[in-house]
Amino acid sequence: MSRETSSSLGREAWRRLRSNRMAMIGLWALACFSLLSIFGPLISAFSYDQQNLDRVFEGPGVEHWFGTDNLGRDLFARVTHGGRISLAVGLLATLVSLVIGVSYGMISGYTGGRIDAWMMRFVDVLYSLPFTIFVILLMVLFGRNFLLLFLAIGAVEWLTMARITRAQTMHLKKAEFIEAARALGYSHGRILFRHLLPNLIGPIIVYATLTIPAVMLLEAVLSFLGLGIQAPMSSWGSLIKEGAEKMDAAPWLLFFPGTFFCLTLFALNFVGDGLRDALDPKTSKD
Amino acid sequence: MNRFILSRILQAVPTLWVIATLTFFMTRFAPGGPFDAEKTIPEEIKVKLHSHFGLDLPLFDQYLLYLKNLLQGDLGPSFKYPGWEVSELIGSAFPVSLTLGLLSLCIALLIGLPAGIIAALRQNTWLDYLPMSLSMAGICLPSFVLGPMLIFAFSTQLGLFPPLGWYGATDWVLPSLTLGFFYAAYVARLTRAGMLETLKLDYIRTARAKGASDWRIIFGHALRGGLLPVVTFLGPAFAGLISGSFVIETIFFIPGLGKFFVTAAFNRDYTMVLGTVLFYATLILMLNLLVDLLQAVLDPKSRSSS
Amino acid sequence: MTQLSIEGLKVHFHTREGIVQAVDGIDLQIEPGEIVGLVGESGSGKSVTCNAVLRLLPLPPARFENGKIFWQNRDLLQGSEVAMQSIRGKEISMIFQDPMSSLNPYLPVLDQVAEPLVIHGMASLEEAKTRAREMLLRVGVTRVAENPRAYPHEFSGGMRQRAMIAMALITQPSLLLADEPTTALDVSVQAKVLTLLKELCTDLGVGILFVSHDLGLVAELANRVVVMYRGKIVEQNDTRSLFAAPKHPYVKALIACRPTLETTLNRLPTVEEFLSENQDNLQNEEIPAASLDTSDEILLEVNKVVVEFHSKSATVRAVDQVSLSIRKGSTHGLVGESGSGKTTLGRAFLHLIKPASGEILLRGEMVDWGNTSQRMNFRKSMQIIFQDPYASLNPRLTVEQALTEPMLVHRIGKDSVERTDRAVSLLEEVGLSSQHLRRYPHEFSGGQRQRICVARALATEPEFIVCDECVSAMDVSVQAQVLNLLRALQASRGLTYLFISHDLGVVKFMSDQISVMQSGQILETGSPEELYRKPKNEYTRQLLEAIPSANRSANF
Repeated sequence: MSRETSSSLGREAWRRLRSNRMAMIGLWALACFSLLSIFGPLISAFSYDQQNLDRVFEGPGVEHWFGTDNLGRDLFARVTHGGRISLAVGLLATLVSLVIGVSYGMISGYTGGRIDAWMMRFVDVLYSLPFTIFVILLMVLFGRNFLLLFLAIGAVEWLTMARITRAQTMHLKKAEFIEAARALGYSHGRILFRHLLPNLIGPIIVYATLTIPAVMLLEAVLSFLGLGIQAPMSSWGSLIKEGAEKMDAAPWLLFFPGTFFCLTLFALNFVGDGLRDALDPKTSKD
Repeated sequence: MNRFILSRILQAVPTLWVIATLTFFMTRFAPGGPFDAEKTIPEEIKVKLHSHFGLDLPLFDQYLLYLKNLLQGDLGPSFKYPGWEVSELIGSAFPVSLTLGLLSLCIALLIGLPAGIIAALRQNTWLDYLPMSLSMAGICLPSFVLGPMLIFAFSTQLGLFPPLGWYGATDWVLPSLTLGFFYAAYVARLTRAGMLETLKLDYIRTARAKGASDWRIIFGHALRGGLLPVVTFLGPAFAGLISGSFVIETIFFIPGLGKFFVTAAFNRDYTMVLGTVLFYATLILMLNLLVDLLQAVLDPKSRSSS
Repeated sequence: MTQLSIEGLKVHFHTREGIVQAVDGIDLQIEPGEIVGLVGESGSGKSVTCNAVLRLLPLPPARFENGKIFWQNRDLLQGSEVAMQSIRGKEISMIFQDPMSSLNPYLPVLDQVAEPLVIHGMASLEEAKTRAREMLLRVGVTRVAENPRAYPHEFSGGMRQRAMIAMALITQPSLLLADEPTTALDVSVQAKVLTLLKELCTDLGVGILFVSHDLGLVAELANRVVVMYRGKIVEQNDTRSLFAAPKHPYVKALIACRPTLETTLNRLPTVEEFLSENQDNLQNEEIPAASLDTSDEILLEVNKVVVEFHSKSATVRAVDQVSLSIRKGSTHGLVGESGSGKTTLGRAFLHLIKPASGEILLRGEMVDWGNTSQRMNFRKSMQIIFQDPYASLNPRLTVEQALTEPMLVHRIGKDSVERTDRAVSLLEEVGLSSQHLRRYPHEFSGGQRQRICVARALATEPEFIVCDECVSAMDVSVQAQVLNLLRALQASRGLTYLFISHDLGVVKFMSDQISVMQSGQILETGSPEELYRKPKNEYTRQLLEAIPSANRSANF
C-alpha cells in the first residue's frame, strides 16, 4: 500500500456518485427545483393567493410567466409556492419516518429474541393494512390538518424503513467487528451508535432518498382526491388536480405543475439509484 | 403445507379483529365523527343508525353488537343514500373495481415481466436502456397526470376511446392502461433486478458448465429465483392497485368502489367509509395470504421454516 | 496424444482500479486419463485458468489477451458459444468449490443430476432420471432412493459435493475440471470425497485437472503437479519429484512453510525468506520445541460448561459438560470439525455466549457478571481474534481509532496523545508502522488486517487471547507469518492462548496441550506428541488418518 492519502468510504462513494451522469443531472435538477421553490415566491411579483378576476385563464406571457388560473391567480407563484409545500411535506414526512423507523428497526434487530419477534409482528400487522385507505379515513374523521397530513404520511412510510434497518442490523450484528466490540467491553450504547449506526447509514440514505418521492406521490394523490391541501394554499398535487379539470380550456394549468412534479420525482429516483450504486459497488451495473 | 395455510389464516384473524376494533373506537371518539351531536342528519337515517348501532346500550355492548353485525356481513345503512345498505352499495360497485384491477394487473405483468427479463439479458444495451427509461417514466408519472394526458391525446384529439364511463369494452382501455403502466414499470424494474442478481449466482454458472443454452438457463434455472422479488411485490401491489383505482375511477368517472369510497369520504358518509375500509382490509389480507402461498410454492426453502 | 493443450494463455481483468494480469502466459498439457494438480495461492491465477478452459469467465471484465486452448485439436477460444455449449458438460465437465451455492436450490437434486443427459440429447427425461438415480447411488447419495424429490438444502455438504460429482460424470466426459472441490468440506469428509473422485475417474477413464491451494492434498491425488505464482507457472513435475527435489524457491517455500505433523520447528519459514536471495541464512531451525517457561499457575479454568441453542423445534447442546484448564503462558489447542462446538466453547470462555450452566474461573475465582468493574476487568484481560479479517474491523474507523478506542474504554493512557503513541508501538509490534494509522481497513490486505486485529486485541494489555481459526482463511505463506507473530508475542508478553482450528498441523505447531472435540464434548486431551503418536480415541485416529500424507510429514 503506497497511497499516502487515505480515503474513507464516504469519499470513495462520493467519487463513484460523481461519475454517474444521470445521478449528477438529478442532483442539479433537484438543486434548481429547490431553489425555485424557496425563492420563487419571493421574486414573483404576485402572491400565490392574489386573485385578479380581470385576467382569468391567461396563457403564459410576459407578466404572468406561467399564465393564470380560473381566479386570475399567477401560476408561477402558485407553482413555486406549491413546490415549497410538496417538498416540505416530502422532506419532513421522510424525516419523521426515518427517525421512527430507524430507531425501531435498530432496537428490534439488535435486541433480537422475543422482543424482536413481537416488534416485527406488530410491523407485519400494520404492513398488511391498506394505508392510503387509512390515511383517508383519518382525514375524514379528524379533518384536514397540515400537521396531521404529514404525520400520517410519515407514519405510513416508517414501516419499510424499520424493516430495512432491522434486516441490516441483524446482518451487521453477526459481523465479527461487532463481536469484537463486545469482547472489548464496549457498552451497548457505544456499539449501537459508534459501530452499528455508521454502517447502516448507507442503505438508510438510499432508502430515504427513494422515500421522498413516494411521500410526495402520496400527498399528491390525497390532494388530488380533494383530501389534502386546501385552496388557496397549493401543493403540486392540488395544482395538478385543478389543471386536470381545466385541461381543455387551459392546458398550461396542468403542464407546469405536472412537469415540475414529474421532473422532481425523476431526479429523486435517479439520485436514489445513483446513491445505491455508489454506496454498494457490488450492486452496480457492471 | 396445509399446516402452513392454516397458520396463516389464523394469523390473519387477529389482524382483522384489530382493524375492526380500531375503526370502532376511532369513530366513537374522533372529533367530527358521526356521533357528534351537532351533526344534522336526516331523521330516517338517524333512526336507522340508532337501531343498528345500539346507541342506547353501554359502550361495551355497542362494541359486541358491532362485531356481531360485522360477522353477519351487515355494515349498516348508508348515511347519504337512504334506503341503501352499505353492503349493497359495496356489492354493486366492487365488481367494477375488480375488473379494472385485474385488467391492470394483467397489463402490468404482460408488459413488465418480458421487459424486465430482456433488459437483464441484454444489460447495458439499448434493449436495457429503453425499457428502463420508460419504466422510470412510469414510476414518476403519477396516474393523475398520465390519465388526463391520455384522455387528452386519445380521446379529445384522436377520438379513439371514450374518456369516461364504464359501459362497453372500449371504456376499459384507457383506465386500465393508465393504472397498468405504473405497475408495469415497477414490475419491469424488479424483474430486471431480480434476474441480474440471480444470473450472478453460482448455480447459474453450474448450469452453463453443463452446457445449457441461454433459453434453458433462463427458463429452467434463473426465472424461479429471479421472479421472487416480483412475487413479494405483489402483496403491496394489490394494495396499491386498490388505492390507485381511487384516482383512476375519479378521473375516468368509473362507478367503482374506489369512487364510492372517495365520494363517501368527501361527503362524510361514515358508515360507507367504515364499511369500505373493513371490506378492503379483509380483501387485502386474503390477497396477502395468496401471495404468501405463491411464494411457498416457488421457494421450497421457505416451506419448512415459517 | 495430448488431449488438452493450453498454449501461451493470457487473461487480463479490466477493473476500475486498473488491469489485473490474472494469467500471464502459461503452457499446460493434460494427457487422456491423467490427473494433474494445479496449485497456487490466492491471486495465482489457478481458478481463472480452470474457468478459462470452458470459457466460463465473465467477459467483460475478463479478456483473453492471447493464447490458445486446444481440445482434441480444436482451439476452444475460437469456437462459437454454441460449439462451447456442446462441449461443456459432455466432453469436459466441471465441479466447483461450494456445493451449496453451486446447486440450484429450487430444483430437486435428482433432476439436476439428470439434466446434462437431457441437454446433450443423450437420453429421454425418464431414462435420464433413471441413470441419474443409479449414478447417485454409485457415489453414495443413498437418500435419493427414498426421496427422489429431495432438494439440495436437505443434504449435508459432503453429500452435495458427491451429487455434483455424479452430475459432472454422468455423461462420461473425457476431462473433469475440479476447482477446489474439497476446500469447503471437513477433513474427514474431504478424504472420502477425494477417494471417490480418484476411483470413479480411474474407472471411467476420466482425466482430472484438480485445482487447489493445498499442496499436500493435491499430492494425494495427482500424477503431476503444476505450481502457479502470480499468473505464471513456476514449476511442474511429477508429484514425487516435485516434493523430493523442488527447484523453484517459491515451491520450496510452499513445501517448507506448512506446519506438518512432523514439524519440530519453533518458527515457520516464510515465503519471503525463500524468495529473497538469503538462502544461506536458512538453517533448518530444528530446535526441539522447548516448552516455554510455563508456570504451574492455572490462569483459566472452565468447569462443566454447557451451552445450548434454542430454536422453535429443538434445543441443541453445542457444548456438553466441558471441563478444561489452561496454564498461564501456555497455548491450549482445540481441534475439531464443523459442528464440534469448538468455536462456541471459545466464545463461552469469553462470556460472549452465556453458558447455560457451568463455571468460568479466572485465577481460581468466578466472575460476577453483574458487577460492572469485575466485568470490565475480565474483558480487559481476555481478548479474541477472529477468522475473517475482512469482517473483523469496523470499515468506518481508521486504524488509529480502532486501536485507541479500547484504551479509551478501559482508561489506559492518560490522554489522546499517549494513546496514539501506544497505538504506534502496537503497530510496530505486529510488524506494521505509524504510516498505517490514518488508513481505513479496506486499504489493507487480509494478512495486514489480521495483524491490525492482533494489535487491537493487545490494546487492552490482555493476559489471555482466544485465537478462533484466525489463520484458517489465509494462504499458507501469510499463515506462516501470522503464526510466527503469535508465537513471538507469546514469548515477549507472556500471553496465554486458546488456539482453535480444524487444521491439525497448525494446532500441533502452536500448542502445548491439545483437546479434541466432537459433538460438544472433549474426547481426549494430551500433549501434541502423545496425541499424534498414540491417540487414545478412535475419532482422533480417524482425524489423523484423513490427513493427506504429504501434510503429515515434510518428506513425502
